Amino acid sequence: MTLTPAELTSAVSGGIGTSPQRPDGNLKVRGEFAYASDLWHEDMIWGATLRSPHPYARITSVDITEALKVPGVYAVLTHSDVPGRNLYGLEHKDQPVLAVDVVRYQGEPIALVGADHPETALRAMKKIVVTYDVLEPVVDMETAVDDTPLHPGGNLVRHVPIRRGAQDVTADVVVTGRYEVGMQDQAFLGPESGLAVPAVDGSVDLYIATQWLHVDRDQIAAALGLPQEQVRLTLSGVGGAFGGREDLSMQVHACLLALHTGKPVKMVYNREESFYGHVHRHPAVLYYEHGADHTGKLVYVRTRMYLDGGAYASSTPAVVANAATLGVGPYEVDNVTVDAYGVYTNNPPCGAMRGFGAVQAGFAYESQMDKLAEALGMSPVDVRVRNAMTEGSVMPTGQVVDSAAPVAQLLKLVQDKPLPAGTSSDIRELPGGVSNTTHGEGVVRGVGYAVGIKNICFSEGYDDYSTARVRVSMVNGSLAASVHTAACEVGQGLVTIMQQIVRTELGIQRVTVLPMDTTIGNGGSTSASRQTYVTGGAVKAACAVVRSRLDGRTDIGSEVIDETVEWRHRATEPLDPETGQGNAHVQYGFAAHRAVVDVDVELGLVRVVSLDCAQDVGRALNPQAVVGQIQGGSAQGLGLAVMEEIQTSGGKVRNPSFTDYLIPTVLDMPPMSIDVLELADPHAPYGIRGVGEPPTISSTPAIVAAIRAATGLALTRVPVRPEHLTGT
Amino acid sequence: MRVNVTVNGEQRQADDVWEGESLLFMLRERLGLPGSKNACEQGECGSCTVYLDNVPVCACLVAAGQAQDRSVRTVEGLASGDELDPVQEAFVEAGAVQCGFCTPGLVVAAHDLLDRVPSPSDPEIREALAGNLCRCTGYEKILDAVRLAASRR
Repeated sequence: MTLTPAELTSAVSGGIGTSPQRPDGNLKVRGEFAYASDLWHEDMIWGATLRSPHPYARITSVDITEALKVPGVYAVLTHSDVPGRNLYGLEHKDQPVLAVDVVRYQGEPIALVGADHPETALRAMKKIVVTYDVLEPVVDMETAVDDTPLHPGGNLVRHVPIRRGAQDVTADVVVTGRYEVGMQDQAFLGPESGLAVPAVDGSVDLYIATQWLHVDRDQIAAALGLPQEQVRLTLSGVGGAFGGREDLSMQVHACLLALHTGKPVKMVYNREESFYGHVHRHPAVLYYEHGADHTGKLVYVRTRMYLDGGAYASSTPAVVANAATLGVGPYEVDNVTVDAYGVYTNNPPCGAMRGFGAVQAGFAYESQMDKLAEALGMSPVDVRVRNAMTEGSVMPTGQVVDSAAPVAQLLKLVQDKPLPAGTSSDIRELPGGVSNTTHGEGVVRGVGYAVGIKNICFSEGYDDYSTARVRVSMVNGSLAASVHTAACEVGQGLVTIMQQIVRTELGIQRVTVLPMDTTIGNGGSTSASRQTYVTGGAVKAACAVVRSRLDGRTDIGSEVIDETVEWRHRATEPLDPETGQGNAHVQYGFAAHRAVVDVDVELGLVRVVSLDCAQDVGRALNPQAVVGQIQGGSAQGLGLAVMEEIQTSGGKVRNPSFTDYLIPTVLDMPPMSIDVLELADPHAPYGIRGVGEPPTISSTPAIVAAIRAATGLALTRVPVRPEHLTGT
Repeated sequence: MRVNVTVNGEQRQADDVWEGESLLFMLRERLGLPGSKNACEQGECGSCTVYLDNVPVCACLVAAGQAQDRSVRTVEGLASGDELDPVQEAFVEAGAVQCGFCTPGLVVAAHDLLDRVPSPSDPEIREALAGNLCRCTGYEKILDAVRLAASRR
């Protein structure tokens, strides 16, 4: 029997456009899904990391003698035990696996202990004697470039200038501002962890929670001095990522201990160590000047922004490029001047977090748009719609936006949603909640709007691709398929999407997603909202080859059809280093929010009453997962607006715990009504547009705008703290 | 030390337990039950929520020795064989599971809520789950899941 492709597709359920259950869902609700921290191996030992207590110091000596004497200790390792290159990094190889003679941030790894119990390792660590010559840390991002150089090339990681149009124009109405964004943490719930298992031939297997298996593998192999094929990575269960797992944490450390002791080594950070163990969102200081005519049309935008990369480069160069190229927001502006600086300091290293540079700029440019609206006597929505970008608009980089850009439509969608009822009389729905701090007295309400723009996929000429292998054979008399990639499932639901794509493309109901590992080619990073686009594209392309070999057959006997495809999105270009011009991005995503808040102005407490969002996703391959991404991204934006900040003092972290670093609870989150637009992008597989990041960008400024509307305060810094509202 | 404890209806014994170990560590590392999660280990996130003598607790805040001769029920003990508890089923169906690291604790907390309050209002659900952090979902679909489970019980 043979079927046409259309007949094949209609014969299955759970294809694209539907919301089938996650293949890992049952395991997860039963507590049987194996996260990295759940792994166990016969005869395994525990690894632990000694970290610097100082943000900046010269190491004058390290004595491990007494630590080695602790019963139950198998190894104590320092930089001299790193057999390969002791430097790693996503863009610049500037970060030591283990510190040599200097530490540049509080929490920098210095030594490793392998022991029979986590407590043994902890006790041994306390017996390692490190002497320091403590140095004055560099902590101010605005002056860092002229301060003590922390790296051989100085403290400037990257400067991205953009010069578009006239640089000396004037305007009828001018508003200026200085904005600050605090250091946000990804706060994924599953701590950094992994299990390294040594093999008799000197190679190693690492079971790991990460966002990018191949780049981890390459960095680990270089540090271990091993050929890449002797370092095998398998993705274990990942408890969230949000950018915080793009950089290495314990990967090399666990492998070093395993190869040194010949024993399987498990490493699991606790929450405090997790705060020191991964990069954070760059804190930023942003200066803006917007000029407009009397009708509200933007004449120019000029901005100078500083992003604090902390002690090591991580992905700072790309974050700076995003902040710069997306720095005027989703608006048409003919005359643009941008200078974005990413710098080294002795603050905690910063790198990728959901929104990646677009979040910092987004808070500033949207605050400016509100200020402009006020100066013009226009409504916040009107001034945005007046300047809203559309398909065909030109970015400050000169790039033409060549697919849907429904900025005005998104704003109108959230504006037209019904407003929530007036301030509640139930204390559970008032600022302060059951703390019983108000029964409505001193509570004022405000409404705020924001819209944002995010690039999707990797930019600036990066060769961004993914590899997918699709295999079809007969199982119990029916066709069955398996799909294998190295693209990391971190919770977003890529495993479901891949099944859906195979079902739709091949008309095969039974699709198995194989474990993600490095035995197949690179899947690229689970970041930049790119996996459905790029790995989805690769799976779709592999299916096309398989489909042609199937040729409509529903019985292939003992034949096995097995095809592997590498798939790329369209190429991008580097930015011109002088003018910032170039077709640097693949695709743009847009979301708009309306926030309604109640503020207790006497205590400075905020309750977000509603947080509605409209987003264009091109095409919703899995509508339930799309809405889940938008709600989750909006929640992280709420966190940045009103509570989340890693507070530092002299380079030291003051709040490395969930007691002191607060993320939104179910009591902090309001109902979120989501409108999903599906305006297909003709360049993308199925027309999809990356979903994960855009809602994180507009959520924060919408909430702050609502607080401003309620209180009349300027509020130029996020997170907004109670003292910003009470003036105390 | 040796700890004797009933876990999910079975009499279990853990040997060589260090006095400073938590119930969470004993469950995860000595009794082969890693379902209860280790997200903060300081009682802030709720991911390690288990029943201790039918009262939900953060297993990270209970010393292993405190469970001696007591009864513990973990997320692994909620389903009956292949049949999920209605709360578990609703979490999968409603899309309340993304990375899933908070899920075991939330499932136990929601299970306890619905045992006490079969038809909770939204503010009651929010209050009952306020000790469980989720970083992926923004909680909307978790609320959907609890409402769905309540409607089926």
